[in-house]
Amino acid sequence: MAHAATSPALYGLLAEFDSAQALLDAAKQVHAAGYTKADAFSPLPIHGLAEALGFRERRISPLVLCGGIVGALAGYGLEYWTQVIAYPMNIGGRPFHSWVAFIPPAFETTILFSAFTAGLSMLAMNGLPQPYHPVFNAERFARASQDAYFLVIEAADPRFDVEQTGAFLAGLHAREVVTLDE
Amino acid sequence: MEGSQYPKGDFREPLPLIGPGHSFRSITDKLTSVVLTKHTPKAWFATVAVGFLLFNGFLIAVTYLLFKGIGIWGTNIPVGWAFPIINFVWWIGIGHAGTLISAILLLFKQDWRTSINRFAEAMTLFAVMCAAIFPVIHTGRPWLAAYWLFPYPNAMTIWPNFRSPLIWDVFAVSTYGLVSALFWYIGLVPDMATFRDTAKHPLLKKFYGVLSLGWRGSARHWARYEHAYLLLAGLSTPLVLSVHTVVSFDFAVGIVPGWHATIFPPYFVAGAIYDGFAMVLTLAIPLRKMYHLEDFITMRHIENMAKVMLATGLVCIYGYACEAFFGWYSGNEYERFLVANRTYFGPYAWSYWVLILCNFLVPQMMWSKRMRRNVWALFTAAMFVNVGMWLERFVIIVTSLHRDFLPSSWEMYRPTIWDFSTFFGTVGLFVTLMFVFVRVLPMISVFEMRTLAPDARVKSSEGGAH
Repeated sequence: MAHAATSPALYGLLAEFDSAQALLDAAKQVHAAGYTKADAFSPLPIHGLAEALGFRERRISPLVLCGGIVGALAGYGLEYWTQVIAYPMNIGGRPFHSWVAFIPPAFETTILFSAFTAGLSMLAMNGLPQPYHPVFNAERFARASQDAYFLVIEAADPRFDVEQTGAFLAGLHAREVVTLDE
Repeated sequence: MEGSQYPKGDFREPLPLIGPGHSFRSITDKLTSVVLTKHTPKAWFATVAVGFLLFNGFLIAVTYLLFKGIGIWGTNIPVGWAFPIINFVWWIGIGHAGTLISAILLLFKQDWRTSINRFAEAMTLFAVMCAAIFPVIHTGRPWLAAYWLFPYPNAMTIWPNFRSPLIWDVFAVSTYGLVSALFWYIGLVPDMATFRDTAKHPLLKKFYGVLSLGWRGSARHWARYEHAYLLLAGLSTPLVLSVHTVVSFDFAVGIVPGWHATIFPPYFVAGAIYDGFAMVLTLAIPLRKMYHLEDFITMRHIENMAKVMLATGLVCIYGYACEAFFGWYSGNEYERFLVANRTYFGPYAWSYWVLILCNFLVPQMMWSKRMRRNVWALFTAAMFVNVGMWLERFVIIVTSLHRDFLPSSWEMYRPTIWDFSTFFGTVGLFVTLMFVFVRVLPMISVFEMRTLAPDARVKSSEGGAH
């Protein structure tokens, strides 16, 4: 990426659309045309947009379940180890292993671990933080966080061809199609 | 959102969630212009000045505390738990409305949460900070509190006692603080991208750019984002209910008359939400005026919050009635004495009746639609509830403790100037943090407001607008 070349490599083609509806329709057609390395950008979540591009991932839920189980075991294990093994104390004649009293802290660690798994795995899978991305090279792209809709087809896509893909995007009622440097 | 089920002009028709004629552009411009401007309202300076002054009183009080110890407070034996725990429970309770709005209302698909969730979450975060101060400083030696409160391998090889509700509280409150901060920050990330792209000054662009983590609004990112956000809401919901439940265990697990009651967990949770909504109104009414946000925080929001207050307030009153009934029905002489002493002949009976005035009588005016739509009346009611909920904890703690089991151990409790300056100091800290937040970060979620605008509508195979 960062090697010294005379001109930067082509990352892909960026098309801008006028509305959420136009973007969603275009995304469906891009997917139908067989493009796999395409992405859409919008200032708000649009339901069905990721699915229209063929995105069907549900990996966060099982990870959160694992995080919760680890949290429960860690919390309960900490309590068992400290109260029964490391520092057994007779307090009011209660058993060392007072499992009822151990539930509230173990519940809290379950929530703590699963919530942080949810938040951090979402960021990790999205590859964030990521300060640089080729789409930021497009001048209009600053509006993607305000009121504009974009669709990109990457040059790495096996079906990509600058001329044909450009014409295809223009045919989807794109307002403008620009090339993106790597 | 597509049109109402009621005929035009019907009295059941809800007020709109957003003022007419808003587009993505106008929402973004309005909400970013509150922050990205050189103009700061005069009222902002006045409020922060008062808050910061009170906070300095807090710093003085805590410095003196660290020199002299907790003898400077009115806390005594038998009233060994006083202002610090009253204030702790009050602050933690205030935080609960933020999580209720951001998590529980999200799960119930209440779209009116959208314009109030961000600053309610900030309120939660700052309220938890204020609450956390008290358990730390009430030890008098906060530098030792680390091994009293947290299980970490220390040189003395001792560990906290997990059979005590006080250590449950440490786990509940620290989890609550951390998860609230995470939830709040994750919600901010897409808005930070908007700020990065609209800010003019290069340093501001950097500042918001770093906070945005390079968010670019990719469809895949949004899909994972919404998934994770929903899971966080689902996890925060049992969490918020557990936090005040555990706080109530601090009392209910003890044998002190007036504390040892099974109604405590639900009654504490309802009270927390009651007070939290009162605090949201206390903040929302002046802020929407100060920043002209009437189009975003509409009368619909204000009215809905009033309704939630009315409902949770009545649950609270049910709790008071249960407490009195339990005392009488137990047949236990200490329990019966406590109820009579608390409500009738005790030296603190006045506080009980002021509490009933604040939490029961005054808020009943919210049955009237005219009152619910009158911001002055609502602000007044919210203030009464803020005071009333503080008094509730005062009544529970002080009237239960000041008459110990033996009359020889009876003692009055009188808070000192240091108790008050510490308490009002945290109010000052809260106000200061809240107003600084409003000045540097979007107090209303920009991207979620966009979902309410007409531009956001799409027809997809799954059907319906977002």
